[in-house]
Amino acid sequence: MSGPTTTMLPSANRTSIGARIRSYSLWIGAGIVLLILPVVFPSGTAHTTMCLMAIMIVFALSYNLLLGQTGMLSFGHAVYYGMAAFVTAHAMNWVVRNGAPIPLPLIPLVGGLAGLFFGIVFGSVSTKRGGTAFAMISLGLAELVASSSLVLRSFFGGDEGISTNRTKLLTMFGWDFGPQIQVYYLIAAWCLLCMILMYAITRTPLGRMCNAVRENPERVEFVGYNPQTVRFIAFSFAGLFAGIAGSLAAINFELATSGDVGIGRSGVVLLAAYIGGVGFFVGPILGAILVTLLSLRLSDVSEIWQLYFGLLFIGMIIFSPGGLSGLLMRHAPLWRGPLGIRLAGFGKLLLSYLIALIPALVMIAGAVLLVEMVHHVAQKTAEGPTMHFLRQNAWTIDTRSYTPWIAGIVMTIGGFYLFRMTWPIIERAWNDAAAQTRRGAV
Amino acid sequence: MAELIIISTLNGVLYGMLLFLMASGLTLIFSMMGVLNFAHASFYMLGAFLGYQISKWAGFVPALFLAPLIAGGCGALVERFGLRTAHKHGHVAELLFTFGLAFVLEEVIQIIWGKLAVDYRVPPLLDFSAFTVYATNYPAYKTFMLLFSIAIFVGLILMLTKTRTGLIIQASLTHPHMVAMLGHNVPRVFMLVFGLGTALAAIAGVIAGPALVTQSNMAALLGPILFVVVVVGGLGSLSGAFVASLLIGLLQTFAIAADWSLARIFGQYFQPASGTILNDIWTVTVAQVGPLLPYLLLVLVLIFRPTGLMGTRDT
Repeated sequence: MSGPTTTMLPSANRTSIGARIRSYSLWIGAGIVLLILPVVFPSGTAHTTMCLMAIMIVFALSYNLLLGQTGMLSFGHAVYYGMAAFVTAHAMNWVVRNGAPIPLPLIPLVGGLAGLFFGIVFGSVSTKRGGTAFAMISLGLAELVASSSLVLRSFFGGDEGISTNRTKLLTMFGWDFGPQIQVYYLIAAWCLLCMILMYAITRTPLGRMCNAVRENPERVEFVGYNPQTVRFIAFSFAGLFAGIAGSLAAINFELATSGDVGIGRSGVVLLAAYIGGVGFFVGPILGAILVTLLSLRLSDVSEIWQLYFGLLFIGMIIFSPGGLSGLLMRHAPLWRGPLGIRLAGFGKLLLSYLIALIPALVMIAGAVLLVEMVHHVAQKTAEGPTMHFLRQNAWTIDTRSYTPWIAGIVMTIGGFYLFRMTWPIIERAWNDAAAQTRRGAV
Repeated sequence: MAELIIISTLNGVLYGMLLFLMASGLTLIFSMMGVLNFAHASFYMLGAFLGYQISKWAGFVPALFLAPLIAGGCGALVERFGLRTAHKHGHVAELLFTFGLAFVLEEVIQIIWGKLAVDYRVPPLLDFSAFTVYATNYPAYKTFMLLFSIAIFVGLILMLTKTRTGLIIQASLTHPHMVAMLGHNVPRVFMLVFGLGTALAAIAGVIAGPALVTQSNMAALLGPILFVVVVVGGLGSLSGAFVASLLIGLLQTFAIAADWSLARIFGQYFQPASGTILNDIWTVTVAQVGPLLPYLLLVLVLIFRPTGLMGTRDT
C-alpha cells in the first residue's frame, strides 16, 4: 500500500552511507524545491498560493493518517484544524499583550499541542469502534463543535472570528513576518518537518499496526494488539498534525473564523486526500496541490467551479478509486527492464493517451459549454443573452441562437463516442508495453 | 403555558413526521446496501425545488405527484449507473460516492434555481386557518402536511407488509441470494427501493417546501439531523426511525420555545465575569442550544448504546 518506498526498508546493520544518502536525498530534494520555488515563481499571488498549498499538504497528510493508514473515515477532521487555529490566534494575542519572548516560528507548536489535546479528548470517545460508527461519531462531533461556535462567542468570536497580528511578536534576525515571502518560508519549513515526521510514523511499528487495523482489526486482536488503542494513537497524531496545519493557517490569514471548524473544511480535506489517492504517501500531497490550484484558478474562470470539482471527485471514485497517485503507480510495473524497452513501451502508451485525450477534451469542452449556458440562461437574465465563455472578454456566445447549443450537444456526444473508440487503442498499447517488460525481464 | 404545549406538540409531531418520511427511505436504503446515503437530503431538496417549479407551471396537486416521480426516477438512475459501479470498490467508496453526489446536487440546484430562496408559497387552496387553539390560529396547510405524511406512512407499512412487492423487498433485504435463486431480479429490486426511498424524501420536500424555506442550503441543514434520526432509532429499524423522528421533532420544537438559561435559574447565586467562556455558557438559552441537542444525542447514543433505541445490529 505504501508504494515504491517499501523497497527501501531500512535494514539497520547493512545500511551503507550511500544508501542512507539515497533515502534522505528525497527529503533533501523536497527541501531544495521548497527553498527555490519562490524564486522560480516570484509573484505575490504565487507566494500566497504556495502558502495555501503547503498548509493543505499538512492538513491532507494528517487526514491520511486516519483514512489511508488506519482506514478511519472521518467527516470532522476540520475540528482539530479549526480549534488549533482559534487557540493559535488567542495565543498570539496573549503573547503580544504580555510581551512574552516567544518568536512566531514556535507558535505552530502551540497549535499542534491544541490539536493533540482535542484529538485526545474527542478521540477517547470516538475511536472505540471503527467503520461506520466512527464516521457517524466524527460527523456528530463536527456538527456539535460547529454549532457551539455560534454559541460560545468569547472563544470563537462570533461572525468576525478572532483576528491577530503576526508582526507584533518577538522579532528574530530582522524577520518580522510582515511580507508574504517570510511567512512562506515559515510555513514551508513546518510543512517539510511535518511531512518527514508523518512519513517516519508510517515506517514505525505503530504505522504498520495502523495498516493492520485498516486491513483486518479482528486479526490484530488475535495477534495481541488492541485495535482501539492503535486507532486512538493514530487519531491523536492526526489531531496533532491537523493542529499544526490550522495554526499555520491562522498565522497566514491572521484570522480564525467559525468556517475553519465547519463541515465544509472537513469536506475539502476529504476531497483533497481522496482525489490525490489515499493508498500512497504522496497521494494527499498531489491532492492538496491540485485542490488548492483548482479552487483558486477555477474560481477565477467560472462561478460554478464547485460543480466541476464535485464531478471530478465522483469520477475519481468510480473510475480510479486509488486517486491520482494510484493511477500513476499503476504504471510502475511497466517501468522495468532495459531502458530502451521501457522507453519504447512507454512512448507507445503515451501516444495512445494523447490520441484519447483529444476527443476527451472535446467532450469535456462541450459539456462545460452546455452547463455554462444553462447557468447563464437560468441565473443571469440581468446580463442579457450574451455570455462570456470562460474568459472575460474573448469568446462571446449568444445564448439565444441555436448554434452554440447544437455545437455543445454535438461536441459532448460526438466526443464521448470518439473517446469510447480510443479505449481499445489504449488497451492494446498497455498490453504491448506489459508484454515487452515481461520479455525484458526474462 | 397549555397553549404553548399544545402548539409545540402539534408542530413537533409534524416535524417528526416529515423527518420520518425521509428517514424511512434512508432506513430502507441502508438495510438494503449497508451504506448510509449522504445524498438523501439532497433528494428532499430536489423534491422541494421540482415541487416549486411544477406548481408554478401546473399547480400544486400535479406537483405533489410529479415531483416525487421525477426525483425517484433520478434516484433509480443514480443507483443503476453510479452506486452500482462504486459498490465494486467497497463500502468507503460507496459512502464517498453519495457524499460527492450531495455536493454535486447542491451545485446543480444552485445553477438552475440560484442561491437565494425561491418563492414557494402555500397553495391558495390550503391557505386558511384550520382551527384555533386558545389565541393561536393553526394553519390548514400544516394540518394537511400532518395528515398527508401519516397517510404515506400507513401506505408504506401496508405496501411493505401486505403486497407481494413488499414481501419480495423485505425478503431481498435479508436474504438477497435466496430471492435471486427464486428467480427475482434482485438488482432491479434494489434499484426500485432506492427510487422509492428517494421519492419518499422528495414527497417530504414538496410538502415541506412552502412551510419551510426552499433554498439551496436546505439539504445541508437537514441532512445531518436525518443521520441522527436513523442512528438514534437504530440502523435498519423502521419502527426505531419512527420513534426517533418523533423524539427529535418534539425535542427541537420544545427547545425553540424555551428561553431558560443557567443565568435565569441560578443567576441570583452566581454571576460570572462577562466576556469569558463561562459567561457564554451561563447566559445561553435552551433555544440557542436547540440545534446542538440532536448531535449531542447522536454522540451519546453512539457511545453508550451503539445499536440505537430499537436497532438489532451494531452501527
